[in-house]
Amino acid sequence: MPIWNKEIECASHESRRKLQLERLQKTVERVYARVPFYRNKLEGAGVTPDTIASLKDIAKIPFTTKDELRQTYPYGLLACDRSELVEIHTSSGTTGTPVVGAYTEADIDMWSDVMARTLSMAGCTKDDTVQNGYGYGLFTGGLGVHYGARRIGANILPISSGNTRRQLKVMRDFGATLLTCTPSYSLFLAEAAHEEGIDFRELPLKAGCFGAEPWSENMRVEIESKLDISAHDIYGLTELIGPGVAAECEHKNGQHFNEDCFYPEIIDPHTGEVLPDGEKGELVITALRREGTPLLRYRTRDITYLMRDTCACGRTSVRIHRLLGRTDDMMIIRGVNCFPSQIENVLMRIEGTQPHYQIVIDRGATHLDEIEIQVEVEEAVFSDVTRAMEQLRQRIRNELKSELGIMANIKLVEPRTIARSEGKAQRIIDRRTI
Amino acid sequence: MIIKQISIFMENSAGRLADITELLADAKINLRAISVADTADFGILRMVADKPDEAVTLLKNAGFTARETDVIAVEVPDKPGALARIMGLFRDQGIDIEYLYASLEHKVNKAVIVVKVADVATGLRVLKDHGPNTAPSL
Repeated sequence: MPIWNKEIECASHESRRKLQLERLQKTVERVYARVPFYRNKLEGAGVTPDTIASLKDIAKIPFTTKDELRQTYPYGLLACDRSELVEIHTSSGTTGTPVVGAYTEADIDMWSDVMARTLSMAGCTKDDTVQNGYGYGLFTGGLGVHYGARRIGANILPISSGNTRRQLKVMRDFGATLLTCTPSYSLFLAEAAHEEGIDFRELPLKAGCFGAEPWSENMRVEIESKLDISAHDIYGLTELIGPGVAAECEHKNGQHFNEDCFYPEIIDPHTGEVLPDGEKGELVITALRREGTPLLRYRTRDITYLMRDTCACGRTSVRIHRLLGRTDDMMIIRGVNCFPSQIENVLMRIEGTQPHYQIVIDRGATHLDEIEIQVEVEEAVFSDVTRAMEQLRQRIRNELKSELGIMANIKLVEPRTIARSEGKAQRIIDRRTI
Repeated sequence: MIIKQISIFMENSAGRLADITELLADAKINLRAISVADTADFGILRMVADKPDEAVTLLKNAGFTARETDVIAVEVPDKPGALARIMGLFRDQGIDIEYLYASLEHKVNKAVIVVKVADVATGLRVLKDHGPNTAPSL
């Protein structure tokens, strides 16, 4: 398998650490000088750019949280002049105020490089044809893959997400060799292909890069056998850059972290203490090369651990284990992030009272995430007319769709049917095997 | 006349009707009319009881979503065309019927039906103005 940036990806630990320290110092200097939010934060913690004399000193920098990103929306974390910006991306905005990533030309250049590394890990070369089934737009997935494939010089089919029939036609007609989309969508494609009598063994498709939602080893086995490809997990987040933060090589034993650009730490989510390699905790990332919106010690709320042993592929970068969970109750439904509190807000507005509800997530026969929201029918919304109850159900469904972008099946249930434990209901039942 | 119907939200699950009727039976509440509207997921039980206020309190205390709804009880002659005449009357007056069902009331040559229209007062006035007796009591 090709290694895109051998010099960086296979660098010695000493030279990498040296590079990381230089870049960390530069980044701290940058935000200290240009971002009032960070200047205040650093001064509050008694940190100035001079404080960072070694990589260990990073622990003196306070964490950045998602709430702070929201409070500074839209341009509050900008560390460059507005005129230097060339692109803006945001999270889906379904979890409240969207999270913003602002990119300078240099940021896009770096993004192209880390995405070229990512695609190369799945075997992509300039001879490949990449079917990019991630959504193009404010979402980082589509353009992130696009830039990486451009950098490699591969042939791109920028089909974006959805339109399954067309995906299959394009895949077959243009001979796609690499597929990028969410893992659940790849299985959906496989089912649709089967129905149309398309046999993947007869297609040139050889690999796929799948991310933006949690998936399991079992799912990998299924994808690999149904699509007859090698399936690679990729990791990233809008806050840092989008996809391109970490990815799996052909050995699929953890995701290689592009740590020359993003510095990973694992912390105890309760105490904030940095944990040693191999211990499970919350992943915290510091951007080392961003100009537009560089974040310091951003708490991802993703739970994983660092794997420092050498990988057989030759890359020397640290790896993160496949994500093990979240420190909050964020759900990822078909790649869309949402929190129970948002669902609750919609229900509350409709019902006019504190709703009793439960969210059941499952992957059905289609392999796509299916979400059912069970809502207890309170007297305030109860009608003796069946049609009115159906309308209530439809209204909940429509408002959830327009506000959160999720299609939920709404089930009206009798009061007190949702189990309360210690007076508090368990809000989420996730039956997906991840 | 306008009477109080009790409407109860029910999930489509085994034994729900038994639970409800047993609850009422234990309280010696007698049912005069009953009907179930069902969809794939849930049902709405509608009934007329001799002690509606007591029945609703009892059901609510047992954890059901229940409420009282005004409906019209109409007494119709037990002969062909009698119901058609009333339905025609509502149609001619532009009154949409949301649902109706027959009661268990048995009188000689009379049947009593329970009718729900959006505006119960108007529905009742139409009936009074145009002839048929509305059931005096149920």
